[in-house]
Amino acid sequence: MSEKELGQKWDRCLADSAIKLGTGLGLGIVFSVVFFKRRTWPIAFGTGLGLGMAYSNCQNDLRSHYVLHSKVAKVCVLIIDIIYYHVLSWSDVT
Amino acid sequence: MLRVCWKGAHAAARQCVCGKVKAHSLQHCRKYTTAGDSGSTAGKIVAASLLTVGGGLGGTILYAKWDPKFRANVEKSVPYSDQLFEMALGPPPPPLVPLQKKPGKIEPLQISSLSEASKESKQPKAKAKKSDPAPVEAPPAVEEAPAPQTLEGEECKDHHEPVLKERPAEEVTARLAQQDKAEQDALAALTAGLEESLGSTAKTTLQAIGAQEAALTAIAAHTNKLKDAMDSQTPPDEKSAQWKALNEALSERTRAMEEAEEALLKAKGELEKLREVINGAKQSKIDTARPQILAAEENLHSMIVDLDKVVTKVQTAQTEAKIVSQYSELVNEAKAQFQQELANITPEIQANWKGLSGKLSADDLNSLIAHAHRRIDQLNRELAEQRVREQLHIEVALEQQKLEDQKALERAVVSALEHSREDMRLEQEKKVQEVREVMEAEMRTQLRRQAAAHTDHLRDVLKVQEQELREEAQEILNSRVMEQETHYRRLTQEQLDTFTLDMNAAYARLKGIEEAIDSHVIAEEEARKAHQLWLSVEALNYTLKSAGADSPTEPLEGAVGVIKESCAENEFAQALATAIPEESLSRGIYSEASLRARFYDIRRLARRVALIDETRNSLYQYFLSYLQSILLFESEQVPPPAKLAPEDLDTFKLLAYATYSIERGDLELAAKFVNQLRGESHRVAQDWLKEARLTLETKQVISLLSAYANAVGLGTTQAP
Repeated sequence: MSEKELGQKWDRCLADSAIKLGTGLGLGIVFSVVFFKRRTWPIAFGTGLGLGMAYSNCQNDLRSHYVLHSKVAKVCVLIIDIIYYHVLSWSDVT
Repeated sequence: MLRVCWKGAHAAARQCVCGKVKAHSLQHCRKYTTAGDSGSTAGKIVAASLLTVGGGLGGTILYAKWDPKFRANVEKSVPYSDQLFEMALGPPPPPLVPLQKKPGKIEPLQISSLSEASKESKQPKAKAKKSDPAPVEAPPAVEEAPAPQTLEGEECKDHHEPVLKERPAEEVTARLAQQDKAEQDALAALTAGLEESLGSTAKTTLQAIGAQEAALTAIAAHTNKLKDAMDSQTPPDEKSAQWKALNEALSERTRAMEEAEEALLKAKGELEKLREVINGAKQSKIDTARPQILAAEENLHSMIVDLDKVVTKVQTAQTEAKIVSQYSELVNEAKAQFQQELANITPEIQANWKGLSGKLSADDLNSLIAHAHRRIDQLNRELAEQRVREQLHIEVALEQQKLEDQKALERAVVSALEHSREDMRLEQEKKVQEVREVMEAEMRTQLRRQAAAHTDHLRDVLKVQEQELREEAQEILNSRVMEQETHYRRLTQEQLDTFTLDMNAAYARLKGIEEAIDSHVIAEEEARKAHQLWLSVEALNYTLKSAGADSPTEPLEGAVGVIKESCAENEFAQALATAIPEESLSRGIYSEASLRARFYDIRRLARRVALIDETRNSLYQYFLSYLQSILLFESEQVPPPAKLAPEDLDTFKLLAYATYSIERGDLELAAKFVNQLRGESHRVAQDWLKEARLTLETKQVISLLSAYANAVGLGTTQAP
């Protein structure tokens, strides 16, 4: 079910972001408590880190379909370039 | 001429000043120029050509009038000229070809015209022209073949008369026999008459000849007697007897002469009669009597000749007798003279010195002797005189003789001429007769030949006619036979055709019936199969219904298997059955309702990720697209246009169209619209699309199958 995929992705994303956030928060708290004298910045940092990671993960996860992987990507990019070139030249002619 | 006009027009146009009225002036000028000097030359040319043509025509007509051959030639070579000539000169003169019908007609008409001629000749009141030549012509002509020459004249005459009918042969032969008989009678009569007259004439002539001969003999006797009487030294008594005898002979002679004369006259009369008869016979002109006539003529001639001969003989005898008598007279004269002299000298011695033989005395003797001497002297002197006058006498005698000779000669010549003439005439007649006979024979042969030729020609013509008629008849027969044959053939053919048609029809019907039965069987089979198919398709359809709300149907494998089994030989069904996608077979398909329900989810989702595609797929975009989906208000369902324009390819629009379609039950169209989604929306709808595709495919196949089954079923069911 492709439509469920997105939901699953979001679920994962959310879960992941929750984990990451929590972990970041936690770690931030920990670090701020432990290492950085209860300053707030490691919490924020950690949260941000967590959030960012979560965000990036989420994005990547959501993007994952569109991102091409190396060898296939090169060939595909090459093919696509050729096709574009032809299409453009043809459109120029017309 | 046109160029001249044109040049004139141009010149006039150039001359004319105003440009506006150029057209008018051109026209005027053209009129002027046509009426002007170019007109005069044109008129001259026209007049000259007309004159030439008229002259030629007139000359031709005149010459044709004079020479019909030329006219015929022209009529032959130039069409419609004969009408012109007829108009101008009247009908052409009749051709100079001799009528060919006439000679053809002459031949068959000859006999009829001959019979006509003979008939007309037989008519007592025949035409004057024909009466004389006809009986003359008819008997010889009837006997022998008709002479074309003489008949042609009659033919020409007959040509103007109405057509002659040929008389029946019996009549002709009867007439011919009649004519023959008449001729024979005439001939017989003629010959009888001839013979009679000949006989009588011969008799009389013989009589005359006999008489003449008798006269001749009498004359001869008389002459002899006279001579004897003169010459002989018979005694006186015998002399008297002699003289008596002489007288008798003389009387006899005269009698005989008279008789001869009479007989001669009679004979001459008879001869004349005979001649008359012969002439009459000649007049009758019966050719067969000719030889008899000729013979009669010959006889006549010979009789005449004999008679003449005898007459001449008698005449010569007469002349002889005359001479002798003259001589006797002379002698008598001399004697008398002598006696006279003697008497003068011796007057006493009387009369008959014959009786003086014994009575003479010496004186007498001397006187006698003296007288004798004197006589002798006298005689000598006379002799001398005679000798002197001999010549004269001789001349005179010669003259006389000549005269007499001449006369006799003349007479003889005349008679000889007559005889010869007669002879020649007779000979000529004979020759003529011979020639005539020969000619007749030849003519007969020629006529026979002609008749033969005529018969040959007739035979040939008849043969040819027969041939022609036979051919005609044969042709007619052939044509009739062929007609009949064709008719018969046609009839038989028709019969055959109808029979064949019937047979064919029956056979066709039989075949049809068989085929119908077979097709019935087949149809039944088909129907059964179709029924089976239909049943299986129905089963398949039913299995489709077994789809739950969200669960797919049962795997269609079984039903499809059944279908495949049920219609193993139905390729279409097989193909269709195999065309069913594997998924549906194994897993089954979703129902439309479930798909519809699912669609709404898809729709929501697709709306949410409308902005996401390859380029835009960050989380921010996600947020944006989510926002867009919330904020964008549009109608849920928009009826799709007939044609999609590029601006319709917007996600929301597409989804609206798809919603509209799916609400209307058109899953296919909805799937099409959904297929047009791009990017993430498309990805999201992928599964649904697949399912939809599957369902649609299967449904299509199944619908095809059911349609096919229905069609087959419909096809197999027979209309009542």
